[in-house]
Formats: sequence, C-alpha cells, structure tokens
Amino acid sequence: MAAEVKPYQRVYKQSEAEEEDPRQHLMLDPRPREEMNHMVMEAMTTTSRRYWIIVGALAVAVAVLLFGAWGNMIFTGMGMAGIRRPVFWGVFIVTFVFWIGISHAGTFVSAILRVFKAEFRRPFTRAAELMTTFGLAAGALYPLIHLGRVWVFYWMIPYPNSRWLWPNFRSALVWDFLAITTYLLSSTIYLYLPLIPDVAMARDRSTGWRHTLYKLLALGFRGTEAEWTRIRKAINIFAFAIIPVMFSVHTIVSWDFASTKVVGWQSTIFGPYFIIGAILSGVSAVITILFVLRYTLKNMDYFIREEHFDALGLLVLIFSMAWAYFFYNEYLLHWYGGGTVLKQLLTLHASGPSAWVWYLMLACNVAVPWLTLWNKKLRRTPWAIFIVSILINVGMYAERYTIIPLTLGHQRFPFDWGEYTPRLTEISIALGTLCLFVLLYLLASRLIPLIPVWEVQEGQESHRLRKVGKTQVPSVSELE
Amino acid sequence: MAEVTEEKMKWGMAIDLDVCTGCNACVTACAMENNIPFTGEDESGYGRGLHWIRIQRYWHGDYPEIKPDYSPMLCQQCGNAPCEPVCPVFAAVHSEEEQINLQVYNRCIGTRYCANNCPYLSRVFNWFDYEIPEPMAYYLNPSVTVRRRGVMEKCTFCVQRIHAGQEQAKAEGRPVQDGDIVPACAQACPTDAIIFGDLSDPQSRVSQMARSQRSFRQLEELGTEPRVIYLKGGGQYGG
Repeated sequence: MAAEVKPYQRVYKQSEAEEEDPRQHLMLDPRPREEMNHMVMEAMTTTSRRYWIIVGALAVAVAVLLFGAWGNMIFTGMGMAGIRRPVFWGVFIVTFVFWIGISHAGTFVSAILRVFKAEFRRPFTRAAELMTTFGLAAGALYPLIHLGRVWVFYWMIPYPNSRWLWPNFRSALVWDFLAITTYLLSSTIYLYLPLIPDVAMARDRSTGWRHTLYKLLALGFRGTEAEWTRIRKAINIFAFAIIPVMFSVHTIVSWDFASTKVVGWQSTIFGPYFIIGAILSGVSAVITILFVLRYTLKNMDYFIREEHFDALGLLVLIFSMAWAYFFYNEYLLHWYGGGTVLKQLLTLHASGPSAWVWYLMLACNVAVPWLTLWNKKLRRTPWAIFIVSILINVGMYAERYTIIPLTLGHQRFPFDWGEYTPRLTEISIALGTLCLFVLLYLLASRLIPLIPVWEVQEGQESHRLRKVGKTQVPSVSELE
Repeated sequence: MAEVTEEKMKWGMAIDLDVCTGCNACVTACAMENNIPFTGEDESGYGRGLHWIRIQRYWHGDYPEIKPDYSPMLCQQCGNAPCEPVCPVFAAVHSEEEQINLQVYNRCIGTRYCANNCPYLSRVFNWFDYEIPEPMAYYLNPSVTVRRRGVMEKCTFCVQRIHAGQEQAKAEGRPVQDGDIVPACAQACPTDAIIFGDLSDPQSRVSQMARSQRSFRQLEELGTEPRVIYLKGGGQYGG
C-alpha cells in the first residue's frame, strides 16, 4: 500500500515545484506607467563613453570595410572579388540572401505573432522590426554592390527614359528589385506606426533637440480615444497586409535561383525552403539581439526576461525541424527524379573540397538546436541560447554558401568545374555590412524607444491574476 | 538590275569532333578577330580568361591507353536562350535579323545572371579593364567594339563578318552563297572541323552535316534549341 502512496506524494511535490512565481512573467508583473515610461526614457538617453567608442569604431569600420572596399572595387573592377567563370555569384549574393533572411524576423515576430495574439511578443516587437529595416538596408546594398557597372544601376528601375527601354519584366532580378523595395517601404511604415505612441510619450518627457525630433515624429499624437482607434486600425491593416509581402519577398529571392536552368537551383520547393530558412535565421537573430540589448541597455532585464528567450527558443526549434524537413525533401526529390549531374553535385556537396561548409550547415542548423533547445533550463539561460542563436546563423550562412557558389562551381561540364575562394574585398564588404547593421542599431537604440511601452502596458492591463479557490489563475481579456 | 530580296537566314555551325585535333587555332583566331584581351597567366588560370570559344578536353580510357577527346565550346546561339529572359535590362537579346543571340555591351550592367543561367558556360565577364599595350593595339579589329570592365560578352558568330558578307553580296547583286561568310574560328581551323552556314538552306554544307547520322546537339534535352551542331561518330560511322 505504501507503494501507492509514494507516487501520489511525488506528484504532489512536483506540482508544488512547478507552481512558479507568476511575477516572473512580464505581463503579470506590472509597474506603474510613469515608472515604466521613465525606465524606457532612461535606457534611451543613457550613453556611456564605451558606447561612443564603439559607435566611432563601427563608423570607421563601415567607412573603410564597406565603402572603402566597395569604392576600390568600383574603380578597379569586379575582379577584386574572388568570383570567376563557373562561379559568377559568390559572397555578395550569399550575404544578400542572408540579410534578407534576417529581415524576416521583424515581420514574423511583429506581424504574425500580433495577428495570432501571442502575448510574449509584446516587449520585443520593436527590436525585431528594427532588425527588418536595418537588415533590409544592409541587404539591399548587395544588388548594387554585385553589379559590374553600378553607376548605371538605375537602368533596372522602370521609368520613361531616353533609351526607350523598360526593364525586362521576365527577369527574376527585376521582380527582386520591386519586391525588396516594396518590403523596405512597407516594413518601414510598419515600424513607424506602432512607434507613434511611444515617441509621443518620449516627446512629453524630453527637452532640447530630442523634444523637437519626437515632436516631429509623433505627428501631434495626444492619446485621445479617436487617435488610438485609428492607430490600432492602421496597425491591424498593416499587420495583415505585410504578411503576404514578407512571404513573397523571400519567395522571389528564391526565384532568382529557382527560375534558372542551373542544376541544383531549379527546384519548386525553393520558395518555402527559403522562407523557412529566413525565419529560422531571423528568429535566431532576434535572440542574439535581445541578449545584447538585455546586457547593454539600462533597465532591459525588466522587459526582456527568461520567458522570452524560452518562447523564442521553442520557435527556433520548430523552425529548425521544418528547415530540416525541407532540406531532406530536396534531397529526396532529387534522388528520385534527378539526373546524373544533380547526383554528382549533391555528392560533391557532401564530399567535395568544400564539404566542411555542408557539414557545418547541418551541424549548426540541425544538430545544435535539436540537441540543446528541447531543454527548458537551457532555453532559459540567456548566454546559452545566445550561443545557439549565433551558431544557427552561422549554419544558415553556410546553407546559402552551399546553395550559391558551391552549386555554381559544379555544373554540367566537368571541364568547367571550378572552386571559388572569397577574397579580401568580398570578406571586407560582408563584414562592413555587418558593422553597418550594428551601427544603425546602436544609433537607433538611443534615438527611439526600443521597447514598445504602450504595447507592454496594454498587455499588462489585459492580464490579471484571478483567484479561483485557493489558486491564482492568470487570465487575459480582449481590450479591442 | 535585279532586286535582291533579303531573306532571313538561320545561321548555324557544325563542328566535327572526329576531325578536331584540339589545336586551339580557333581560340586564337577568335581572340584576334574579336579584340579579346589577354588577361595574363594567373588570371586565366583562375578562370578569368575571356575566350569566346574554348576547347574542352576530356580523357578517355584507362592508363596507359588513354585518348583525349576535344570539344570546342562556344555560345550555342540558342533559339530558346536561357540567358535572354534573365537579363533585367535587355542586354542579352535575340536579333531578329540574324536570328542569333546578341549581347548589347552598352546596356549591360553586369549582374552576371545570364552567365549563371547559361548551361554551356559560354559567357565571359570583363572583371577588369584590360590594357592592350601599344604595339599590340594595332591588331585591334576596327569592326568590333572593345568592351570595358563590368560587362558580359560572348561569341557573336562573328556578326561583323555576317554583315560584311551580306553587304558584299548585295553590292554584287547576288544572294549570299554558301561559304561566303566564314567566322574566324572556321577560317582558322586546319582540319576544317568547323563549318558555318545557313541552316534554312537544305543544300548548304552545314545543313548537310546537320542531317548526318553522327550529329547531335549539346544538352539538347534542356530545350535550348542550340544552333551549333556537333558531329561525333565514336569511330563507328567512319569518322
């Protein structure tokens, strides 16, 4: 009989241990509005010496690594990059796809999670949206950087011109150009709309040039009921409208490859495959950024908590599994239907001279998240999940590297097979855009409230702990 | 005087692999005719040579009984060219008159998309501005433009020679005859492996070769409709 009592005790103890402090959830740990506003204002206005040194160093890095190297390449020729005959696209296009992928995080976190009313999104929607805008800013440079004659790039823009020539709308590059422009514009508006109440808040609590800036940005927002109704409506419309834009952008980026005759590119699953990859790398990058924000910005440990790393970690795990499914699917279909060239190509990916890239991709995208992220304790350890998130982005970079130069290098004629080694100019430009991204982010972190205070406050107002008998049950009410 | 009606001609080329010796004369002749700059040993070895035609060499058999197999590869002037739809600025276009695939250098912005999409890898890119030093500059062909850095280029079937041949025939008041027009590679070929002519004329030499039992087209299964016909018998048809 005693044996039957024991499990009962254990269950009892377990449930006791699992009864966590509800205050660890941001939504159930409200603070007075004024205090919270003050915290965000403080985070935004505090700059240390170290901050300015880093900003200065990054500005120099952008000037030298990105614009210096690019300028040199424009004046000397594309040959400064390591690309050669079979491999006409290299690090530039790899990094381009990488940044466009990163830019999917903002829309995913902000729009999709908003539409599905995932409450954990609230404190970091802005941080993710900023990644979208700056990721696009960094990525959109590459279609220009990789042009042989960048000084005539505007020939890709459709406008009535003296050449009596429209761009070729059959070319995937033109679709790409239009899709990225649309995404950049709409994501910037989508970043700006939820920002209005926050800059209005900042306007009322600042002086000097900041006051002037926020006054301009807030468009006279006062917080009346009518204004709130309109801004909610606008955000809602944009949240729904930007989702298909997000899906289309990376699908179109994938069509740059999928609509060609290149063996290994011509594939019908590239669209969803690229989107899943983009969201995987984007959400991981959100984790990376949140970790950095939490440890560098003031008062951030109140807003960004372990529960957020936990939730994002789960998302990454799911997307890593989805990515692995597509990866496997690609091989499966190729094995069934592919010809000898494709078979040779896939064999060379896994056993050729650059096979380490392929193994790095699999290790970082599949092994690392699957072996670590199932563990709740690890997901709740910020530094651990930070490392995982960095590794996933390394893996996603390796994936694009495998897809682009390693695939181009081994096409139908073995006589023309060729290996490609990135050269200093390409590496420098790629690092330069990374510096540009971080620099823009650093500057923005001191210019606009990185935490959407009104969204957090709105969430906290709708969350309540209700007493049901002896226990407290968290409950959410719809405000809209 | 008889009015010469210009009929559209379908230019094509036949390359007899059974008589090709892989001597590279066509490569040299093409470079001379089309103002192709030298890129130097290192660059060329890295895969940045600008040749519009190249000899692919494959080895057959097991050592010590190995045999080389040469296959000149140039732009196939596809009827359904993969390079054309991908160009965002219409730099890779099909010419209505000659029915060949042309590259408009002045329109090219250097996306290199066409080169990726060419299954024959027959397009080359001007990675730098290549200098042609003074005495060598005299060999430049005035009928062919020189290209600057950042543009794509490729075989044109010596379109300048096609035009010259047509104008010559027009001046003499006669239609263009088979053999009037010879591209540089065909002219230089010591074994007469490269034959150029009008594929729409069933009597032309190139048409007769195209009908040969030994004829095939490179990567025909891709549906590119190449205009270059290869002949190879593998020693079975008296080749």
